[in-house]
Amino acid sequence: MKKNGILSRLFMALCFLFLYAPILVLVVFSFNASKSKAVWAGFSLKWYAELFQNEMILNALWLTLAVSALAAIISTVLGTAAAIGFRNMKHRSRSVCMTINNIPLTNADIITGVSMMLLFLFGISAVNGLFGFKWRMGFATLLIAHITFDVPNVILSVMPKLRQLDPNIYEAAQDLGDHGFHAFRKVILPEIMPGVVNGLIIAFTLSIDDFVISYFTAGSQTQTLSMVIYSMAKKRVSPEINALSTLMFVAVVALMVLVNLRQTRQERLAKRQREKLTAQ
Amino acid sequence: MKSKAISFPYVGWMGLFVIAPILIITVYAFTSATGGFTLANFQDMAQYASAFGRSFLLAAVATVVCVLIGYPMAYYLARETGWLHRMATMLIMLPMWMNFLLRTYSWKFLLERNGLINAFFDLFGLGPFQMIDTQGAIVLGMIYNFLPYMVLPIFSVIEKIDPKVIEAAQDLGANSVTVFRRVIFPLSLPGVLSGITMVFIPSVSTFAISRLLGGSKTLLLGNLIDMQFLGGAYNPHLGSAISLVMMVIVMVCMALMNHFGDGEQGVTL
Amino acid sequence: MSKELIRLSDCVMKYDDEVILDHLNLYINDKEFLTLLGPSGCGKTTTLRIIGGFQTPTSGDVFFDGKRINNVPPHKRKINTVFQKYALFTHMNIFENVAFGLRIQKRPEAEIVRRVEEALELVNLPGYGKRSVTSLSGGQQQRVAIARAIVNRPQVLLLDEPLGALDLKLRKDMQVELKNIQREVGITFIYVTHDQEEALTMSDTVVVMDKGNIQQIGTPIDIYNEPKNAFVADFIGESNIIDGVMVEDKVVKLYGKKFPCLDTGFAPNEPVDVVIRPEDIDIVPVEQGQLTGTVTEVIFKGMHYDIIVDFQGFKWLIQTTDFSPEGAKIGVKIDPDGFHVMKKSTYSGKFGDYSSYSSEYDELSEASDEEGEEDEE
Repeated sequence: MKKNGILSRLFMALCFLFLYAPILVLVVFSFNASKSKAVWAGFSLKWYAELFQNEMILNALWLTLAVSALAAIISTVLGTAAAIGFRNMKHRSRSVCMTINNIPLTNADIITGVSMMLLFLFGISAVNGLFGFKWRMGFATLLIAHITFDVPNVILSVMPKLRQLDPNIYEAAQDLGDHGFHAFRKVILPEIMPGVVNGLIIAFTLSIDDFVISYFTAGSQTQTLSMVIYSMAKKRVSPEINALSTLMFVAVVALMVLVNLRQTRQERLAKRQREKLTAQ
Repeated sequence: MKSKAISFPYVGWMGLFVIAPILIITVYAFTSATGGFTLANFQDMAQYASAFGRSFLLAAVATVVCVLIGYPMAYYLARETGWLHRMATMLIMLPMWMNFLLRTYSWKFLLERNGLINAFFDLFGLGPFQMIDTQGAIVLGMIYNFLPYMVLPIFSVIEKIDPKVIEAAQDLGANSVTVFRRVIFPLSLPGVLSGITMVFIPSVSTFAISRLLGGSKTLLLGNLIDMQFLGGAYNPHLGSAISLVMMVIVMVCMALMNHFGDGEQGVTL
Repeated sequence: MSKELIRLSDCVMKYDDEVILDHLNLYINDKEFLTLLGPSGCGKTTTLRIIGGFQTPTSGDVFFDGKRINNVPPHKRKINTVFQKYALFTHMNIFENVAFGLRIQKRPEAEIVRRVEEALELVNLPGYGKRSVTSLSGGQQQRVAIARAIVNRPQVLLLDEPLGALDLKLRKDMQVELKNIQREVGITFIYVTHDQEEALTMSDTVVVMDKGNIQQIGTPIDIYNEPKNAFVADFIGESNIIDGVMVEDKVVKLYGKKFPCLDTGFAPNEPVDVVIRPEDIDIVPVEQGQLTGTVTEVIFKGMHYDIIVDFQGFKWLIQTTDFSPEGAKIGVKIDPDGFHVMKKSTYSGKFGDYSSYSSEYDELSEASDEEGEEDEE
């Protein structure tokens, strides 16, 4: 293929400008002393200070982290087990399972959200009616909803690793006298670990980022960070949000850099080992 | 390990939390508040025909623009050889890692009457322009939020094309335009199709973008559904009917597109 | 043979500071089957890609039919390529793959159909047009790749290790078939391989390369019988390469003994490398032997035995149908035409001793060759 010319480079630069400029503007104006959205009135950390005074935001942050972490861990276990089970199914039942598994992925979030909301309302009123409980939607329903949309992503991440797996590897372990869960832990799990970890990370970030499904399934008392942002952004535009955006963006960039550094280090290590092997 | 039993917990989970909600929404769509079977929900929807039309139109416009911007971007990125190529995926994904609402909010911040863009125009004595609370702002918000979903799949498909295949086409007499038209584009079509799906579905069903950038005047399907479940117009039966119809239309659109995409490959190539 | 078609004149190829081709000069005649043979990294694939137009030499000229073509892009050259891993278009069926070049030339439909069918028949895949590429076996995909190139009636067909991915049996069949195809279409084939047997089987001319230089050009028989240096002798077939002295014309001295040979043209008492092919050595009773040695290893090879014999510390490989037990003292006899005398070169002393010989050695080196090939690209 030919190299890119000036024009195509310029085009790419414009595209990236389009993607990054709005974020940069938010970051810059988070340090603005005044409330103005256009005029720079000097550097200030005032909005950060106010952000950390804001009970609602802090509570929402902890709730979001809690629900995301729990949902990610549970769905990683559930999803990895499911992926392995699916592999062992006959072709027909496997494709049925995978089709159902894909529904939350292809369906619009809002439909997943409202349909689960209806299920929860229906289920809770049935249970309350039978046992006289006073349940309502809240953390539990939120967690269930998150797990439901996280698991398909975990499965998608683990499946390719399972497919790459040497079909004889488990038999080899059995042949050497190992069996059951131990063989799984010692033989299969290390092989598919990259997919599992990847699934965990994807699940966590999806949960952190989710708004629509949480919005419909969290009930009226529980609020995730996204929901707080939505209610704030809907009304007046507060510079606190700029501060919050900046912090979240910095956190994400830091995380990405960390992950990347770890990856390059591992690659370098692997390369060195390979070189050592070939040198022998 | 040899047993499929360890997937049964999740199979049960899917039955309870994936299948059951869809069944319930279907039941709700065909029943009235008192519980009897009715088609009234669907008849009531007639008054919202314009919201249907608007939603699909705006989503279609956003999707087309995303293809027009996203394809060349993915193509050029895939052709780069240095650091830009290696970092491409990360550079495209990074903005996506910022909370979706904050990204949308940044445009609200920029587009407002006393926002940065109008301040910029003011330098030339122009404006202020009404940009926020328009349909254009909604489409912009969709494009901005979902463009990465278009670029990524196209990029990864083009990147995987074996350079030898392109050399083979050149070898057989194809110039660069022909190579693109006969080889690269057809091979990248699956990426385009999945990009279209990934942009169109969230666009057509959004309610946050239209609520934040379109003001309260422009009603999209998402807002309509939102209103029926959590808003003032509380009527989950109507909301279910709207959701169901939207889901079916989207499914038909996607099936048609995928069929058409495959068919095209078979016919012209 | 016939007239000259392609000439590479003083071609140099460098990546950064690494020299891939070192002032290469080569001409290729019309309608010949020429093979570029050498280990991975020798520059053979680069040479092919320069001829195909996928790479431009750092310096030097490429001529086609007398015209300089350095800057002519691949799609304007009357040259087609069969790629190593076929590079078929997976989004098209077999017919459209083969028709690709003709469609670009905007040929009438009837002609396209006729010529594609002819090409598919030529490669023994008649009626396969409607099938998808992925439904074919490796050998069949290879045939499609050949048909796709040949259908355009190029003047030259470049083949980049086209049989590398096939198994042994199929490779042998395809060698014969390729030679037949070349005879039938009557065009120049330039073939790249690291497999010496392939080169000897099919070629009119073999070009042996190493480290960016041409080591020898000649017919397969010349290359095998009269290797120019120790590298060629070792790379083509098995050889025992022994230090010797050319006492005078037709007399060579090894291990202090004089042997009659056929070579002439060396200075008196010039030190030389002497190649003796394993199959040219006869085992005789000790008392009749020109030399005597001890058998250290015997390997059964089916049609013959490989015997390693120790001659004063230097181990020879002898191929024979007669069994001699390990440890036996044997004599050997070599006819005058069994000696191939070469001038000393930079390769002297590097090859030819079979001390570390093992029957697995071939397979190992072949496997690593193929890996190396990928790096080269």
